[in-house]
Amino acid sequence: MSVLNAKGVYYRELNRQIRAQFASGVEEVRVQNVNGQRYIGDGISGSQRLILEGTPGNDLAAYMDGLELIVEGNAQDAMANTMNKGRIIVHGHAGDTVGYAMRGGEIYIRDSVGYRVGIHMKEYLDRVPAIVIGGTGGEFFGEYMAGGVLMLLGLGLADAAPIVGSYCGTGMHGGVMYIRGEVEEYKLGKEVKSVSLTAEDEEKIQHYVSEYVRYFGGDAAQILARPFNKLIPANKRPYGDLYCAW
Amino acid sequence: MTLSLSTPDFLIERNRDRCINCQVCVRQCANEAHIWDEEEQRVKSDDALCVDCQRCVTLCPTHALTIRKYPLEFRENANWSANAIKAIYKQAESGGILLTGMGNDQPYPIFWDHLLLNASQVTNPSIDPLREPMELKTFLGRKPEKLMVQDGKLVEEMPPQLELEVPIMFSAMSYGSISLNAIKSLAAAAEKTGIMYNTGEGGLHKDLYKYGKNTIVQVASGRFGVHPQYLEAGAAIEIKIGQGAKPGIGGHLPGEKVGLEVSQTRMIPEGTDAISPAPHHDIYSIEDLRQLIYSLKEATQYRKPVGVKIAAVHNIAAIASGIARAGADIIAIDGFRGGTGAAPLRTRDNVGLPIELALAAVDSRLREEGIRNQVSLVIGGSIRNSADIVKAIALGADAVYIGTAALISLGCHLCQKCNTGKCNWGIATQNPLLVKRLNPEIGAERAANLISAWEHEIKELLGGMGINAIESLRGNRLMLRGIGLSDRELSILGVMSAGE
Repeated sequence: MSVLNAKGVYYRELNRQIRAQFASGVEEVRVQNVNGQRYIGDGISGSQRLILEGTPGNDLAAYMDGLELIVEGNAQDAMANTMNKGRIIVHGHAGDTVGYAMRGGEIYIRDSVGYRVGIHMKEYLDRVPAIVIGGTGGEFFGEYMAGGVLMLLGLGLADAAPIVGSYCGTGMHGGVMYIRGEVEEYKLGKEVKSVSLTAEDEEKIQHYVSEYVRYFGGDAAQILARPFNKLIPANKRPYGDLYCAW
Repeated sequence: MTLSLSTPDFLIERNRDRCINCQVCVRQCANEAHIWDEEEQRVKSDDALCVDCQRCVTLCPTHALTIRKYPLEFRENANWSANAIKAIYKQAESGGILLTGMGNDQPYPIFWDHLLLNASQVTNPSIDPLREPMELKTFLGRKPEKLMVQDGKLVEEMPPQLELEVPIMFSAMSYGSISLNAIKSLAAAAEKTGIMYNTGEGGLHKDLYKYGKNTIVQVASGRFGVHPQYLEAGAAIEIKIGQGAKPGIGGHLPGEKVGLEVSQTRMIPEGTDAISPAPHHDIYSIEDLRQLIYSLKEATQYRKPVGVKIAAVHNIAAIASGIARAGADIIAIDGFRGGTGAAPLRTRDNVGLPIELALAAVDSRLREEGIRNQVSLVIGGSIRNSADIVKAIALGADAVYIGTAALISLGCHLCQKCNTGKCNWGIATQNPLLVKRLNPEIGAERAANLISAWEHEIKELLGGMGINAIESLRGNRLMLRGIGLSDRELSILGVMSAGE
């Protein structure tokens, strides 16, 4: 393992150093004093592990292809933009548009996330991306979602406190959301419907919850005791009848 | 089912003296406008299905077919044209948004046709390109403020540049909107002529990786097929914000066009709609655009120019200035005549700006602000011939994109039905029977011929002006005069009137 100190280092130089470490064959890099540096882990392929202490900046892990990335702090906006493969574990909150157009890999976020999380997430063959969030999600959660799994646990929420913002799943045409607890009808995009869980869903939920607990602690049985709401697209082709040929 | 009030657009005339009932037309027409009547043992036609793509006319061995405009005329009305009435019939029947293909076909002014080029007479000699060297080589990318040379070498590293033998590139057309054979044709033609083609937002098919050094890979709002290998595969990356045919709106590739190979290339399941949202949801400002530009530069370690493509809209000069300041190396601007595989009719025909005005406004603005060197300008929508290119470069473009012209070189007849997927010329279709009508080797030759022909013509025009390097024409508006334009138009174009 090698350790880098990010204090006062501009992002371009920091990212160059991280790449150089991986290129030299180091399997695990720990970066201390990360404070807002953008683009960490962008476009990096490989199965190494990258641990960030502090708060990385926007576009963390964009186009990332395989790393295991651990954030010991909060993540900012646009994390995992178009991510292809890998795993991200955030010991804190994450900002807006987490996992935009993400196509593979898994993200576990201990606390809450901002707006438009999971927007245009996709899946293809064996690549089924997942984002598991311990807290709440903002508005436009899963907008345009085309594949993958989005999960909101709402841990520690008071009874009537909202777990997700409005326009949830607007334009959704693929994938599935599991939301622990009830989502008011008015918050759902008109392209989404709520359906009951199958045995296969239960199994998936169990898997993701046990992974969450493995990373962040907690009682899986207690989390699973509260029923999950399953949201899927009402129609795989929401805009199929929108046009007529001129 | 109510009665359809739609009437045919075209009339199929079959000369019975010439027709030998060979049924070529029946087999060639994907719209099924020609039918074989088994009982009567002869070919018939259904005018209502004809789109006037001219496939049957071209292939009929006895020249028995003629397609005409359908003679039905509504009662004369200067306000309610036949198209205005027919559009309402269609929408009253379907409740749908009118969808069409190709570029704006309305009679707006075409400023290229109001610009005249200069030539040398007596006071400076013209140059004969057949005997004298003529330089069209073009480099696209950020140019440094100044060059510092030490021991015959540049002190600072040159920012990454795209090198073109001719200032022409094939504009973005995705796999999905056009066929693989059409893309292969353009990719091979680009390689042959030393220019670039552009993947559009449909990802990069595995057969096309070998054309990498002649490829611009696009990143659009749907991010289809975008991954590290894709970003590394091309010579440059282009962020697509908008296109001239449909500024401000996204795109839907219908599931019918997402077959196995399109699905593999876009990395989405077969048969699903590929929806590109109108905006990139991580870009709501110039600062956000900068973030996407630099995320791509970081991901490719600053080795490739990153461009941004936008549609020409009213505030284009300020927007372009912002994009230059956001760190783009190339700005591509698409005028309102730019083509498309599918766009809502009302958007295509009513939104945006003529590229000539947009180009002049942007070039002037970037010069005024002293940042013209920071970015290269590529324009498209629509370039119809080499004279348009020479005029564009004199107005300030570094290079042009050609899309519609490139497809016409492959056999497109501009029937504007790209959206239906029934292109009889094998271009805008994914139907394997139609796709194989376009032989990629022949296609490549035709597209390359077009580029070579235009290269010769550009040299002729340059030589006539007494210029031997395209660089000396760039932004040289003194080589242009306007004709039939208002003072205001002349001032936006930055050219004098003919006779001045």
